[in-house]
Amino acid sequence: MQRLRVRYAKRGRLRFTSHRDISRAVERAVRRAGIPVAYSAGFSPHPKISYAGAAPTGVASEAEYLEIGVTTPCDPGQVRQGLDESLPPGLDVLDVVEAGPGGLADRLEVSDWEVRLPGADRELAEVAAEKFLATGTVEVERLTKKGPRRFDAREAVLGLTVSEGADRTAAQMAGEPCVILRMVVRHMTPAVRPDDVLTGLRLVADFAPPVPPEVTRLAQGPLDVSTGALADPLDLDRDTTRGGEAGPVGEHVAG
Amino acid sequence: MPVESIFPRLEALLPKVQKPIQYVGGELNSTVKDWDSADVRWALMYPDAYEVGLPNQGVAILYEILNELPGTLAERTYAVWPDLEALMRAEGVPQFTVDAHRPVRAFDVLGVSFSTELGYTNLLTALDLAGIPLSAADRGDDDPIVLAGGHAAFNPEPIADFLDAAVLGDGEQISIAISEVVREWKAEGRPGGRDELLMRLAESGGVYVPKFYDVDYHPDGRIKRVAPNRADVPWRVHKHTVMDLDEWPYPKKPLVPLAETVHERFSVEIFRGCTRGCRFCQAGMITRPVRERSITTVAAMVDNGIKQSGFNEVGLLSLSSADHSEIGDIAKGLADRYEGTNTSLSLPSTRVDAFNIDLANEFSRNGRRSGLTFAPEGGSERMRKVINKMVTEEDLIRTVTTAYSQGWRQVKLYFMCGLPTEQDEDVLGIADLAKKVIQAGREATGSRDIRCTVSIGGFVPKPHTPFQWAGQADHETVDRRLKALRDSVRGDKQYGRAIGFRYHDGKPSIVEGLLSRGDRRVGSVIRAVWEDGGRFDGWSEHFSYERWMAAAEKAGVDVDWYTTREREENEVLPWDHLDAGLDREWLWQDWQEAVSGAEVEDCRWTPCYDCGVCPTMGTEIQIGPTGRKLLPLTVV
Repeated sequence: MQRLRVRYAKRGRLRFTSHRDISRAVERAVRRAGIPVAYSAGFSPHPKISYAGAAPTGVASEAEYLEIGVTTPCDPGQVRQGLDESLPPGLDVLDVVEAGPGGLADRLEVSDWEVRLPGADRELAEVAAEKFLATGTVEVERLTKKGPRRFDAREAVLGLTVSEGADRTAAQMAGEPCVILRMVVRHMTPAVRPDDVLTGLRLVADFAPPVPPEVTRLAQGPLDVSTGALADPLDLDRDTTRGGEAGPVGEHVAG
Repeated sequence: MPVESIFPRLEALLPKVQKPIQYVGGELNSTVKDWDSADVRWALMYPDAYEVGLPNQGVAILYEILNELPGTLAERTYAVWPDLEALMRAEGVPQFTVDAHRPVRAFDVLGVSFSTELGYTNLLTALDLAGIPLSAADRGDDDPIVLAGGHAAFNPEPIADFLDAAVLGDGEQISIAISEVVREWKAEGRPGGRDELLMRLAESGGVYVPKFYDVDYHPDGRIKRVAPNRADVPWRVHKHTVMDLDEWPYPKKPLVPLAETVHERFSVEIFRGCTRGCRFCQAGMITRPVRERSITTVAAMVDNGIKQSGFNEVGLLSLSSADHSEIGDIAKGLADRYEGTNTSLSLPSTRVDAFNIDLANEFSRNGRRSGLTFAPEGGSERMRKVINKMVTEEDLIRTVTTAYSQGWRQVKLYFMCGLPTEQDEDVLGIADLAKKVIQAGREATGSRDIRCTVSIGGFVPKPHTPFQWAGQADHETVDRRLKALRDSVRGDKQYGRAIGFRYHDGKPSIVEGLLSRGDRRVGSVIRAVWEDGGRFDGWSEHFSYERWMAAAEKAGVDVDWYTTREREENEVLPWDHLDAGLDREWLWQDWQEAVSGAEVEDCRWTPCYDCGVCPTMGTEIQIGPTGRKLLPLTVV
């Protein structure tokens, strides 16, 4: 059975989709696009579509991944186009490759997050980031389905930088300067999310943004130890299946 | 002048609410038109949560038809949950449409579809959030026309104060006609303002404008008469009936939500109307006559709907789908076409006979056989005669025996409690039936792995039915009978564990009864309940019986008088001036026959019994068979 690995983005207002919403939308889009998806055997057959490390509800992403099993071999380029056309604007397919050996989830070691904080104070943010990075462990608490859970939010954070840009989504502050945090966070158990890091910033430096943050996952993949940068997790598939032929990921207009 | 999207202001609130995806729109096949491209603009509301409202067929059909109409646009709006309502109030964000997030008050018409009366308080929330005065009398020329439709609009009197107008019956053609009246009036420069527009709508006889009718009362509270207060307004307003459903094959572009909704499937209405004559059933009375879609149109709609939506389930809807004259060929043809595609077909199956099981077998050919549902509605033979649900105990046992022996393991049975003339033993009869069903299943299969679920709803007498004169059972009686029934099921060692039992207490039915058969004086109760925080009355976690009773008492409205009181033949009922086509004398006669347990046949197969609808409305029964068969699709 051929397996196809898909990188897709969740943009704009569709960042409010939950993981379940996306999986329903993808199943329907696969049917509409006529992709010969394989089904599991048994009493109630399910399409063979699996997801790796979905971003939380309310968080946008440029780098979500899923894998589709198909019954007849498909051209990845055609699947990319067909699936993208069948998904609503805002769920945009960026890249499709035929899966090579090795699991995809194992390659998604680290995420690069962008956290926009409209109306926040840049200097305070910088002080908080410095303090956070200088601290050995920062215990935070998050409400999970099983109740409150305490864990360290510091160890997973490999990088944390502060910059400034223009706000782009919340219109009442359109054009106003906006503090931007970039976080490179290792995937661990329990998962440390950007809001856990924000909680950490509040704990170590009393830093609290005035409005809810706008979070986007920019990339996820294996960490290149030599450069400290994130590698494209699908490169390994391209190397084994196509001799490294595929081009760069196109920039889509947000929906 | 373009109207600005409120989305940026809404977006800032969304991270703080439950399930934000329900407010963002962007559904596949949704339509956003340029504001200035249209001169008639509709906001269509389903007054419940998005997850319930989005799959509603009525709203979806009108949304498509109006958006296809040149110079017309339609957007959708739903009830927002209290968490978002509070934030919208705090931030001054108005009620919005989910399509282009435009403020509802900017539209020409706010059309609200009421499937149930329990959406009335949600209408008030939406109006208030929109900045539209609650009372129609306080509205100005800049406010939309607030127009009610749906089954509850057959008695809109309890919400008459809040409505500018109401429409009875099928909405396809009348919504287009209303659009043209609004268009003409606007093109002429809005002569005479709001009042003249309403007058133009009322004159046609197809739109009910409550303010053009006065209600006089007897000293004892009964209605003396309802009469037009202006010349040129008709004494009675008639319902609308679409003939030839093949000419209206909607939805063509099914809305596919991102959020999870209550029905995740593509639905095709295979016929409209029902003449089975169940006396409790308002839908069956007000949607007459039966009009079938042809087998070929149904199949074409299914084919298109699956392609457009990507849904993997198709529902063949109607009030009693197994009654379609070619349902066997439809079932077999569709099952053949979609075999091996992981597309499942479903039929809300309620008829109790073996034919129904053949259909269910066809539909589950490549799927599982989990559960079958039947609706005997009454627990005793006598009760079923009263409600004209012609099912004998032998029918039921024979049917479930067939079902169990063909591999079905679970049977669900629907009943009602609180029916007219009901005695304790009629309800206890439900337990006996359920036990016999289990016994039949065990004998048929030789297995003890047999389940039967009994679901019980409280009966509410509805306008335009033979039971419109009936006294509703009080909630104490209903609760007492349900408790006795539960004890009888649970206490049975041999069968008790095999029978599931689902029911609600009788209090919500009393409020539904008040709203169903209420008159204009009930409006003050609705308003008081809403002011006291009443929202989402169809949801048990939000519903408060005490709040309704307290509001009624304060407003001086005697709830018993509206609910448990039996009416006399000549009492003027609040909806008598609204014409569903049913002959009042026939309804009364059917009510008398109900009490004596006389049954009525279905007029599709037996001579007409003069219910009055066809001659009054100029309509006729449209049924097959057409004799056409479905061929396999070339490419699946």
